[in-house]
Amino acid sequence: MAEPILDIRNLNKSFGALKATDNVSLDLRPGEIHALIGPNGAGKSTLIHQIAGSLRPGSGTIRFLGRDIGALGVPERTRLGLGRTFQISSLAPDYSALRNVMLAVQARQGTSFRFVKAVMRDRSLRDPALEALERVGLAERAHVSAAELSHGERRQLEIAIALALGSKAFLLDEPMAGMGPEGSKALTTFLDGLRAEAPILLVEHDMDAVFALADRISVLVYGRVIATGTVEEIRHNPDVRQAYLGEEG
Amino acid sequence: MQTALLIEQILNGLQFGVMLFLMAAGLTLIFGVMGLINLAHGSLYMIGAFACATVAAATGSFWLGLVASLAAAAAAGAIVEVTVIRRLYDRDHLDQVLATFALILIFSEGTRWVFGSFPLYLDIPPLLRGALPLPGGGAYPAYRLAIIGVGIAVAVGLYLLISRTRLGMRIRAGESDREMIAALGVDIRTLYTVVFALGAALAGLAGALVGALQSVQVGMGEPVLILAFVVIVIGGIGSIKGALVGAVLVGVIDTLGRFLLPVAFATFMDASSAAGIGAALASMLIYVFMALVLAIRPQGLFSAQG
Amino acid sequence: MMGNPRETILNLALVLLLAAIPLVATGMGEPFYVTLATRMAILALAAVGLNFLLGLGGLVSFGHAAFFGIGGYVAGIAATHAFNAEPLLFGLPGTNQMIVIWLAAVLLCGLAALAIGVISLRTSGVYFIMITLAFAQMIYYFAISWPAYGGEDGLSIYVRNGFPGVNTLNGLHFFYLCFGLLLAALAVFSVLRNSRFGAALEASRQNQQRLAAVGIAPFRVKLVAFAISGMITGLAGALFADLNRFVSPSMLSWHMSGELIVLIILGGTGRLFGPVAGAMVYVLFEFYLGGVTERWQFFLGLILLGVVLFARGGVVGLIAGKARHG
Repeated sequence: MAEPILDIRNLNKSFGALKATDNVSLDLRPGEIHALIGPNGAGKSTLIHQIAGSLRPGSGTIRFLGRDIGALGVPERTRLGLGRTFQISSLAPDYSALRNVMLAVQARQGTSFRFVKAVMRDRSLRDPALEALERVGLAERAHVSAAELSHGERRQLEIAIALALGSKAFLLDEPMAGMGPEGSKALTTFLDGLRAEAPILLVEHDMDAVFALADRISVLVYGRVIATGTVEEIRHNPDVRQAYLGEEG
Repeated sequence: MQTALLIEQILNGLQFGVMLFLMAAGLTLIFGVMGLINLAHGSLYMIGAFACATVAAATGSFWLGLVASLAAAAAAGAIVEVTVIRRLYDRDHLDQVLATFALILIFSEGTRWVFGSFPLYLDIPPLLRGALPLPGGGAYPAYRLAIIGVGIAVAVGLYLLISRTRLGMRIRAGESDREMIAALGVDIRTLYTVVFALGAALAGLAGALVGALQSVQVGMGEPVLILAFVVIVIGGIGSIKGALVGAVLVGVIDTLGRFLLPVAFATFMDASSAAGIGAALASMLIYVFMALVLAIRPQGLFSAQG
Repeated sequence: MMGNPRETILNLALVLLLAAIPLVATGMGEPFYVTLATRMAILALAAVGLNFLLGLGGLVSFGHAAFFGIGGYVAGIAATHAFNAEPLLFGLPGTNQMIVIWLAAVLLCGLAALAIGVISLRTSGVYFIMITLAFAQMIYYFAISWPAYGGEDGLSIYVRNGFPGVNTLNGLHFFYLCFGLLLAALAVFSVLRNSRFGAALEASRQNQQRLAAVGIAPFRVKLVAFAISGMITGLAGALFADLNRFVSPSMLSWHMSGELIVLIILGGTGRLFGPVAGAMVYVLFEFYLGGVTERWQFFLGLILLGVVLFARGGVVGLIAGKARHG
């Protein structure tokens, strides 16, 4: 079996008496989509925060590309190649879609302390940014400010940013949330192709998308992973049916 | 005699701290409940002092002046809240800073217009003119002790108000969740006006009490305001307990620094340079202290915001 | 990317107007107006420095008087030592050469800004406002109680410092020196705003979480911005001391910090020429209202309150409309 890209071992996090993350272990292997599902309040967000670096784990290790990243902050993890999207779109609202992606390109190049050349005349920023917008189908909206984009377009823009970062793994937090059926379908097709580029840890409520895309699924309930397996295994796992799908026996 | 001097300085520091607490409590309450940064708090302090001095001069009674200071500052606070401050709650901090900066200009210049540029004087009431003996010799003015007493009483009163009364319950609810208390049917506009007026009254009280120690003049509130900011930054913005601890720390450190640093420097340099350097460094001491606190705890000692 | 054409025209008009005032005034034999225009240019320069931090970075520094005052004291102290022919530090002599003074002011303010920024930028929001204010107050009280350079009474510069090839004692020449520096600072502001650094700084204002998530640590970006901002304001301080031939703790006072913010808001936050428009309007207010009534600050307060509550775009916003971002 190939070395996992992202390897999480025995992760714990408590808020007071509440165990939000309870001894979670999971990994992300090259070329796969690993979906993380679970009812609301299962601790998915807390887990994502710890992986992305915006929350310190209580204990446990997070290895990315063979390196322990537990002590690194968000910017460092991103620079190593962990690209995330937010559950609620988080963009620079006054900037156009293009400039939002250009910021990612500039970050990837590690050149934010250059003070002279105008970014808008800089092809080394514009071209990769436009290409990323093109890939998610936002090229025509490149010059619209993020604040004026529709909800679905903002979700696409988030993904374009993650693409432009040249991420070696994607952490997608409910990318389908609030998308219409058509948008979800298009995005499903897109993510299907994306896995060849870099593996995806996908947190998603849209079960159609999850079942269509996932190579493996982990189910999180009350902060614990109660099952990990293929779509078929998860579909037929009695614990999952009871705890998550709310079915008796 | 050295011990007596030291005790006297510590008491001075406490008295200064208590006065800062009266200012800081209002500021931190207003920030905690309404999320507003109010630069004009020093103007309310000034209004309290002017009201006290004016009424005391007219009636001959310091105590009537004290009542007037509370009433005038609370009324000014309520009026300002209804006419201006209310429009600022939803604005960013920059707008709040600017608008309340504008209020300072209006209040300061307005007061100068009415009262002229000469300072007013306020006498210590006859009842408190004496001094109490200190252990180790020396004596301490009764009036300053009384200020310390008032500060303690206000701290206890605020604690009881916030933990035991309906108003306090609403204030606590307002700090944690504005929508919820609106949903509970509390008239949030009135609550805000009351909280603002309460903070104003405390500032006015501080101004009146200090007015009898210093001269009453335009601009008297500004140095105190900035120290009160230092206090609430140290204590943690929004926390009354933080304001109390921060105020006492700042008061004592500042007073003792001014007293001890020149003495300390005089042990290894000549007296006049020691006095100069000691005084200069002492004036920076609380800011250095603030920087230290923030370097360790960026949210202050008792942050209400977590 | 083309800017808003109306704003470009307005900016040009402001530059030409400011450049023309001293010429016309000299022609009419009214040297006082030359001083007034110089004051406008210097305050505008100081505000350009703050606008960099406040307008682009969204960081409300309420302590920029610190840099303005440090710049002023550099000019005052260097000139005093040169005048008395006393060595300054480590055997270095004082100087009355503006170029040296400017470099020293910029360098010192940059260092001071780094020191203040390292602590202040750990915080945000109201904390940041209050901490920058407190640090400026610290320097203010230090200046008041440090007796060597005049303490509370301030320090006089007996002869305005010199600049090669320019007669700085001539008000008109000194104005154009200040005006030239203002234009240079505006050019720097404009270039920086459009650069990669400017993009990161503007993004840190709009959404810090996003900036971190693309892999840029906001703290370093903001710290560099704080230093650059302090340097520009410090340079203005050195000029201001030379204009008045006097420096005192009032240059360090929190009123000064407030005034700088007011200039920017009056002009229009984050707009290239906001500080210029703001400084011109402010100095005019001060002058005309001050001529009409002793109580001009009362009316300034009312006007400012009106601007904050009802006209948030400032002068540039009123005339040129909303700001546009590429």
